[in-house]
Amino acid sequence: MSAMLATEALQKKFDAVTAAANITLSFDADTVVSLIGANGAGKTTFLNMVTGYLKPDSGRIQFGERDIVGLSPREITKLGISRSFQIPQLFQTLDVRENLLIAERIAGADNPAAATEAALARFELGPYASRPAGLLPEGIRKLLDVAMALSSRSKLLLLDEPTSGVSADEKLAIMDVVMGAVWAAGVTVIFVEHDMDIVARFAGRVVAFYDGAIIGDGPPEIVLRMDEVRRYVIGEETAHAAA
Amino acid sequence: MKLALASVVSLAALIGVSLFAPQWIVFMVMLVLAKGVVVLGLLVLMRTGLVSFGQGLYFGVGAYAAALLSHHWHISDAGVMLIAGAAAAAVVAALLGVLLAGYREIFFAMLSLAFSMILYGLLVKSAALGSTDGFNLHARTFFGIAIAPGYERRVFLAAGAVCAIVAALLTHRLISGYWGQLATAVRDNELRVSYLGASPYRVVYINYLIAGTLAGLGGALAALAVGHVDPETAYWTTSGEFVFIAILGGTQSVAAPFFAAAIFEVLRTLGNQYAPNVWQLSLGLGMLAIIMFLPGGLWTIARKRRRSA
Repeated sequence: MSAMLATEALQKKFDAVTAAANITLSFDADTVVSLIGANGAGKTTFLNMVTGYLKPDSGRIQFGERDIVGLSPREITKLGISRSFQIPQLFQTLDVRENLLIAERIAGADNPAAATEAALARFELGPYASRPAGLLPEGIRKLLDVAMALSSRSKLLLLDEPTSGVSADEKLAIMDVVMGAVWAAGVTVIFVEHDMDIVARFAGRVVAFYDGAIIGDGPPEIVLRMDEVRRYVIGEETAHAAA
Repeated sequence: MKLALASVVSLAALIGVSLFAPQWIVFMVMLVLAKGVVVLGLLVLMRTGLVSFGQGLYFGVGAYAAALLSHHWHISDAGVMLIAGAAAAAVVAALLGVLLAGYREIFFAMLSLAFSMILYGLLVKSAALGSTDGFNLHARTFFGIAIAPGYERRVFLAAGAVCAIVAALLTHRLISGYWGQLATAVRDNELRVSYLGASPYRVVYINYLIAGTLAGLGGALAALAVGHVDPETAYWTTSGEFVFIAILGGTQSVAAPFFAAAIFEVLRTLGNQYAPNVWQLSLGLGMLAIIMFLPGGLWTIARKRRRSA
């Protein structure tokens, strides 16, 4: 089976900092992949290159049969790659339903109103439907951000820290809703995550980043036990959490 | 339904004014309509999150296009003049929009101001266009039908009323549908709009084009009302007046620009008559009060009333 998304020797430098060093990865349609790594390891840079926000210095990115390097975020979105953001990107003055409706209309849904109601139900946003997005609690903002990204034309969904900024006991509930909706939509997911419990629970494969390079790639039970991963990724995470 | 009723009632009222009101009221109402149409365009831009301090550019282009038809090509048909005013402004907006649609906030406002001042400078320097004095225009027919002398303005007012109401209805339709929501989305978060697959640049460009065209139509209407054009039409104080009226009315309804323009013209007329030295001061104080107590514009009063009723 051919890969849904494949990158080949991606390089990206910001002055002296190497954000991506020779990243070669391949993603299948039916595996949920988690990208892990400390802050600055290159996870978000990777997402930004895949979505066209940053242009790699060199290397290729294949989405299906197509090389998407050099395309704008808008063109890449139209091909079916959508993303959510670490800081939710919403239309603050519009209510939740309007936010979703716009997303579906831009995506060219056959029946945007029906698609909106379906998304409200699937993401359990019904009780908030007529609240302005600017006045929502953080957990709901995160859900809405993912719900907007997951429109009718999405094939690949990239989630940048879907549970950051919400309390520990909310994280699991949010991921349950998100993964349920994703599964129902039949969309492939790659998510960046710092919480290793969430990673172990939801990912079928883990890719660990360190200093712009990949130091681990495989099933979570193997990657999360690798020495380097424990030292550079999880170690720093626990130290960070304790501080 | 309510909208249709409001349109018919206002059209009837305006035609009533055009038939029976004294000349000075006919003149004032025409100016109100002309400015209201320009501010309607500003409303579209403001809903996209942009304020143009240079709508005088298109107001001037519309006015001069109409006047040039009469002065240089001896076309004295008011209908043709209105169309030419809007079309000329649309062409200029289509060109400048390519550049301006890439700017936001203060940069957009200042760049639009700069372009209007370039036109002002050109008009002042060009002797062929009457320099600072401008020149007169004469319209004697309306779509080929001769107008009895002395009734020109009354006919223009009726025509202006139709233009203004059609423009308001089209604008209402535009902003209350998908396009209007998309404009609000661009105002709120361009990054998200791009990542949903739509182009903020395109939204801004098209709304800028609409605003320019409406300002051109307003300019042609004003030229017909006054019977004279001069560089003042493109001057920054003219643009500032439009922004003032837009803030006074608010962006919640397409009727707001016209009510605000009416209030503005009445205040100005009274001010000129009774307090020629302090009327600008009172205007400033009025603006201050609006911004502090009714940041959504005068239209919020109408809204609050409806809600409490």
